[in-house]
Amino acid sequence: MNDQSNSIDPGTAMTTTTMTMIQALRSAMDVMLERDDNVVIYGQDVGYFGGVFRCTEGLQVKYGKSRVFDAPISESGIVGTAVGMGAYGLRPVVEIQFADYFYPASDQIVSEMARLRYRSAGEFISPLTLRMPCGGGIYGGQTHSQSPEAMFTQVCGLRTVMPSNPYDAKGLLIASIECDDPVIFLEPKRLYNGPFDGHHDRPVTPWSKHPQSAVPDGYYSVPLDKAVVTRPGNDVTVLTYGTTVYVAQVAAEETGVDAEVIDLRSLWPLDLETIVDSVKKTGRCVVVHEATRTCGFGAELVALVQEHCFHHLEAPIERVTGWDTPYPHAQEWAYFPGPTRVGAALKRVMEV
Amino acid sequence: MNEYAPLRLHVPEPTGRPGCQTDFSYLRLNDAGQVRKPPIDVEPADTADLSSSLIRVLDGEGNALGPWAADIDPQVLRQGMRAMLKTRIFDSRMVVAQRQKKMSFYMQSLGEEAIGTAQALALNRTDMCFPTYRQQSILMARDVSLVEMICQLLSNERDPLKGRQLPIMYSVREAGFFTISGNLATQFVQAVGWAMASAIKGDTKIASAWIGDGATAESDFHTALTFAHVYRAPVILNVVNNQWAISTFQAIAGGESTTFAGRGVGCGIASLRVDGNDFLAVYAASRWATERARRGLGPTLIEWVTYRAGPHSTSDDPSKYRPADEWRHFPLGDPIARLKQHLVTLGQWSEQEHQAVTAELEAEVIAAQKAAEQFGTLSNGLIPSAASMFEDVYKEMPDHLRRQRQELGI
Repeated sequence: MNDQSNSIDPGTAMTTTTMTMIQALRSAMDVMLERDDNVVIYGQDVGYFGGVFRCTEGLQVKYGKSRVFDAPISESGIVGTAVGMGAYGLRPVVEIQFADYFYPASDQIVSEMARLRYRSAGEFISPLTLRMPCGGGIYGGQTHSQSPEAMFTQVCGLRTVMPSNPYDAKGLLIASIECDDPVIFLEPKRLYNGPFDGHHDRPVTPWSKHPQSAVPDGYYSVPLDKAVVTRPGNDVTVLTYGTTVYVAQVAAEETGVDAEVIDLRSLWPLDLETIVDSVKKTGRCVVVHEATRTCGFGAELVALVQEHCFHHLEAPIERVTGWDTPYPHAQEWAYFPGPTRVGAALKRVMEV
Repeated sequence: MNEYAPLRLHVPEPTGRPGCQTDFSYLRLNDAGQVRKPPIDVEPADTADLSSSLIRVLDGEGNALGPWAADIDPQVLRQGMRAMLKTRIFDSRMVVAQRQKKMSFYMQSLGEEAIGTAQALALNRTDMCFPTYRQQSILMARDVSLVEMICQLLSNERDPLKGRQLPIMYSVREAGFFTISGNLATQFVQAVGWAMASAIKGDTKIASAWIGDGATAESDFHTALTFAHVYRAPVILNVVNNQWAISTFQAIAGGESTTFAGRGVGCGIASLRVDGNDFLAVYAASRWATERARRGLGPTLIEWVTYRAGPHSTSDDPSKYRPADEWRHFPLGDPIARLKQHLVTLGQWSEQEHQAVTAELEAEVIAAQKAAEQFGTLSNGLIPSAASMFEDVYKEMPDHLRRQRQELGI
């Protein structure tokens, strides 16, 4: 259950409750179901059961079966019908049970949802939010661990978002649901129940010990195109998002490198200004993500940084990522870009 | 010794090819008036016979026969006749305009005009059609501006879709006509979603989904049937079986040992197989399905048996893969000639009126074409601005697109 913390969020002046990321996401959907009759929640197991990760628990009881309901096991069907619902005027919030399962819906996502506004010159829109748990760290193997964000950032017309804490998760999800553009909302599942810095052999830290777990109870939003500096620093800029935000932070502490960690939050459209300002200040840049390296989102980040900050760079930009292999099961921690690898990269760029 | 002969892959083949007549006995025909009409609350499983037979109303002499010969207001028939004629005249003018390179591409609906026309007249204008690229007759039945349609075809400065779409990929929301996708079958499942939304909101509007026989092989078709059945969506699932998907015969799409309507029954959907060149049958079956949908009784799948009389598109040459005169031998005839015969029998139409209406519609289309060409054609370069290419990707233009537009120098 949620803990009332009796504190007031200074940004929203609302009372806050200590929430996990799951509770924060549920709270966002609760707020939006309440505020907008056109919001519907739809996906595999999301109705009576409340989702395999419990994100929609209790919502069907509260809002009824025509607002929160189960779908057949067909991602293309779920997204395709949601595109039709959006064209009618609804605001569907769809859950794809794992990001690894979005592939059957690719045609509906890429050719339909993303381009409906464009091809109809604004006659029809797709105000959809597709929620997808992503990333590894839970021994999910190759079909429950992927980070396919670059497949979405490459598609024109989509917004791609990935929160890293409960406060942002709720605010970004509300902003996504309200947005008239289609939003791919990736939820790092390893962060559902606590921040994770990659030290998998240490005890799990719960969200209650993290300041970003104080989540305002009511309606608020976090802008969809703004990155945030989660650790200010002067020597090197780390561009990251999702689970690896915590990995980067701990790597900076452990190596003593004064890194500035930027949590991108919205991958596309991207807050280029925050990135460029930071890199111009530090003169160094390391990109960290869990997804595979080649043609990963980091490649775009590296290209943009060299394009906009070339004359300020004092060292080659480094990428620390998942390897270009399928996400393995038993060798999960050899695959995951943990604090040792990130720390080594920080030290390397400082040596140039 | 192996008792089995070597296996062989079965690749269906039409009986007719260039220089070789088609044996149309594969069509499984019934006589007009022969097939029963069930009540609209029929159990889907009890439509199995209707999914394998062929509902027809008009006989060879133009008489309306049997239980599906509902009383139709002659005004609706006359309206349908005009819309079908307008579609055919429009198509033939636009094919010429494409040959003159005024547009890049065109797709005509020759021989299939009754299906979109009669269903559009059976629906309300506020119902939403999710068409493929061969249902322009819906737009004609709903009296959409010809000038706007031609501006879209010409990709000119007044193209409502700003030059972004291939010709004929119209989007006319106010006429209940969903934006056409070039990707096949995607709209079929979207129509089911739109219908679900209508039910979620307690509305009374219904959706009409369209697909060709070829595209039923796409997974979206089967997915749409599952979702329509699961949620009892108020939708009509139209399969236009015009026998040909570019060069592949309908058996390649899976029509050899079954019917396309038969797939609906297996999914728990009431299903009909109907003569698509029989305006009265199309109207009656569409009315039956709209009533079912609007009364919350669920979806209906209708296979319309027809024939694609023209090439797939202006880029296609059917004489390479089918007998050039195949349409003349197609047993279900020409939908316009058949309705004309019926209207003449009723005393509601005459050869003179036919000529007069044809001339009037030809003049209307020519005038609309002239008016549209004043706003440019793809060939004379009066096209939407390059700057508009960057609009509508998102609701508000993000910085990266603004920078790219500047990079293009506009």
